[in-house]
Amino acid sequence: MAELETHEFDVIIVGAGGAGLRAAIEAQATGARTAVVCKSLLGKAHTVMAEGGVAAALGNVWPEDNWQVHFRDTMRGGKMLNNWRMAQLHAQEAPARVLELEAWGALFDRTPDGRILQRDFGGHRYARLAHVGDRTGLELLRTVQQRSVGLGVQVFMECKIVSLVLDGSGAVAGAVGLWRETGKFVLFKARSIVLASGGVGKTWKFTSNSWESTGDGHALALWAGADLIDMECVQFHPTGMVWPPSARGILVTEGVRGDGGVLRNAEGRRFMFDYIPAFYAKETADSIEEADQWYDNKRDFRRPPELLPRDEVARSINAEVKAGRGSPHGGVFLDIASRRSADDIRRRLPSMYHQFKELADVDITADPMEVGPTCHYIMGGVRVDADTQATNVPGLFAAGEVAGGMHGSNRLGGNSLSDLLVFGRRAGQYAAEHALGLSAQPAVDLAGVDAVVADALSFFDHDGGENPYSVHQDLQDTMQSLVGIVRTESELVEADRRLGDLEARAAKVGVEGHRQFNPGWHLALDLRSMLAVARCTTLGAIERKESRGGHTRDDFPAADPDHFGKVNMVTRRADGAVTVHEEPLPQMPPELQALFEEAH
Amino acid sequence: MSVPTEPRTAGAVAGNGTAGAGAPAPHGTSATADATGPRQLHLQLWRGDADGGGFVDYEVPALEGEVVLDVVHRIQAEHAPDLAVRWNCKAGKCGSCSAEINGKPRLMCMTRMSTLDTSQTITVSPMRAFPVMRDLVTDVSYNFVVAARIPPFTPGPPEPDGTYRMAQVDVDRGQEMRKCIECFLCQNVCHVIRDHEDNKPHYAGPRFFARLAELEMHPLDTLDRRRLVSEQLGLGLCNITKCCTEVCPEGIHITDNAIIPLKERVVDARYDPVAWLGRKLLRRPRPAPASAVAVDLPVARGAHDPTIDGRSDPAVLGRNGRRSDG
Repeated sequence: MAELETHEFDVIIVGAGGAGLRAAIEAQATGARTAVVCKSLLGKAHTVMAEGGVAAALGNVWPEDNWQVHFRDTMRGGKMLNNWRMAQLHAQEAPARVLELEAWGALFDRTPDGRILQRDFGGHRYARLAHVGDRTGLELLRTVQQRSVGLGVQVFMECKIVSLVLDGSGAVAGAVGLWRETGKFVLFKARSIVLASGGVGKTWKFTSNSWESTGDGHALALWAGADLIDMECVQFHPTGMVWPPSARGILVTEGVRGDGGVLRNAEGRRFMFDYIPAFYAKETADSIEEADQWYDNKRDFRRPPELLPRDEVARSINAEVKAGRGSPHGGVFLDIASRRSADDIRRRLPSMYHQFKELADVDITADPMEVGPTCHYIMGGVRVDADTQATNVPGLFAAGEVAGGMHGSNRLGGNSLSDLLVFGRRAGQYAAEHALGLSAQPAVDLAGVDAVVADALSFFDHDGGENPYSVHQDLQDTMQSLVGIVRTESELVEADRRLGDLEARAAKVGVEGHRQFNPGWHLALDLRSMLAVARCTTLGAIERKESRGGHTRDDFPAADPDHFGKVNMVTRRADGAVTVHEEPLPQMPPELQALFEEAH
Repeated sequence: MSVPTEPRTAGAVAGNGTAGAGAPAPHGTSATADATGPRQLHLQLWRGDADGGGFVDYEVPALEGEVVLDVVHRIQAEHAPDLAVRWNCKAGKCGSCSAEINGKPRLMCMTRMSTLDTSQTITVSPMRAFPVMRDLVTDVSYNFVVAARIPPFTPGPPEPDGTYRMAQVDVDRGQEMRKCIECFLCQNVCHVIRDHEDNKPHYAGPRFFARLAELEMHPLDTLDRRRLVSEQLGLGLCNITKCCTEVCPEGIHITDNAIIPLKERVVDARYDPVAWLGRKLLRRPRPAPASAVAVDLPVARGAHDPTIDGRSDPAVLGRNGRRSDG
């Protein structure tokens, strides 16, 4: 085989979203030779789609807010399945990470006294989300992007990592990448690798995620022998667009509800009052009168049920539609037009206004939006050490959506952007320290690398093979219909069977054309990642015989606090097969447990 | 520039080289639109690479509520799996799917088919100011070279409590600039580079004038970038035709709120028209590669980073300079 383009670094970061770039900034600052490898152009990562804000107990709007309250909200939102230590670090460190962005040039919306303004979001007791209108993710990404460029971090753009490379001891030695533009391969030798590859949404049919969200990092970790946890916990965001068909799944920010928007069914009823779970009854308004007063007087009134955590709202919308009370296109109505002035809406929610105007021809200052659940986020992911983000593979780290544990079985809005910053930084720091602590660059087995390249090129030899797009479509249909918001044993088992068929088909797909910028070929490779994720999610969903957060079982509709509430579902690959088993959750120390007893 | 790797299978790329847009057979579903079936859309997509190419015809049925990117995706999924197109969010937030639709620079994901006259053939071609990589994908590395030349935000000391204070009214203008999704459509239409490739090495373009204006207006920033803007980044070359403002999908008032205030600040700093003209006439820049004038190598790079120089050479740039379009 011809000589492979090769680069050598201390730390390679896979992904240029918020977590990846924050990790890069830290690794570079720690003194490690650092590079970022990303599938798209720099600045296009899915982080730009985050709208509402970044959650941090700054206490700018509510001085009562502090990390303990944020920690408690996060754990309760995750239905206590969270890794408590991650939730604690996250709540403690998020304020410093947000303030740091400001020192790097971010321009958040301001309070009257010139500090960072914070907004309300579901599941957060106090207005806590630092934001910029409804384009906070763009602001965050641009800030860390510009900071990275200023520090001289190397970025390899439009390059997909197809495989990690391990040395003889099973530790990280590098990664094999594919330049999307030329179709040539590249070897990155590395002492540490940080996976910051984001989510898996493209495995489902209706999703808010971009094409990149194919679970590459989850799959790379799995194939390298890392453990994944709780992959059955997938968040369906309650409010995605449902019409027109081509826009189906595009996100409608929770900020609409935080800023006064309410959900109505076809009869015009604010149906969320019918779905307040006992777990949240004490802190949720049970009448429209009370709910409406909360926006102006949060001290004396309880919050509207529209601001329950996302899993609750998504399930409620699903139930309304199933009961025949949905909107014309199979969603429900999200109404802010009748509740806020047109000027207010345009100022607070400019990109929502724009998005509906352009894509659906709906003026949200005059008419309600039609919305329904859309696959948005995976809470499960690569199992990491809470403090260092290290996986069980030496030299391999993970941060952001690809890592599991932080959000338990359901993520609160706003906790993703703060997760990226807090754990991106930690991953960058510890990956750099690991790299600098090694006495030599780990050895790369070049024959193994050649095999990876040959394998990735094999699709060109499948003359007359099936079109990868049709396999992808069938995978999405399978996951949407059988492993969606509400699941049941028989359907999950059927999904598992179909995944076997889809894997066989995916292995044989053919690719037309040549190697230069060939999306069909890229999809054939991405399909492998998506199928790995689909398998882990399905196996975890079969084994978790309870309903909890982003995992709802029709046949086990209640949470099982005595058994499943105390375990992580661990998926791993051994001898070519993916297996799942239970392991006990890390135990929270008594002083943190006390926060849950005294609250409210 | 040659195609870096040999084609593995033959035939799928039409219009390569001189074959061009001669008489391509319509790809796609049967062209005989059935009276009861869905209406047919006629599209011409530019296909080819750095060595040349041309328009290829496709016909697909019209579906409700689609945007141009949906139709391009359907063509890709059903008829041309190797059709190269960049996209990410499909919601107008990432700025990846910039192209020229019927000659107009637009985001494909935010252009509804219902806003176009679909009784006519719709053309989709790559942005013209950047070299084609393949099909609708262009080499936008010029923008990353410029971005790396801008000295980063440098704040003064924080308040005693370690945080900063800024009034909303003082960040409004900066926030307008930070809405930018870096689709580079403003760069694409700016005639300073669209019609004069050789200006690229010493011209930042509207996207980066907006960035510089944002830094200049940032209440906390302490650096003075005015000399850089006027002497190295070519602010004077802009003669405020507002083409950039017109194409901005975010509605940023690039000319009025960024470029003109920036020009005013530069003038405030130092304005000597005779010397300015002298410098302008004497400095006849040769078409230099972007990196020759870049302070640093670009930190963000694509598949063949050493050839970023080569790609800035007018000889291999864009469809402008291509001979094979016929």
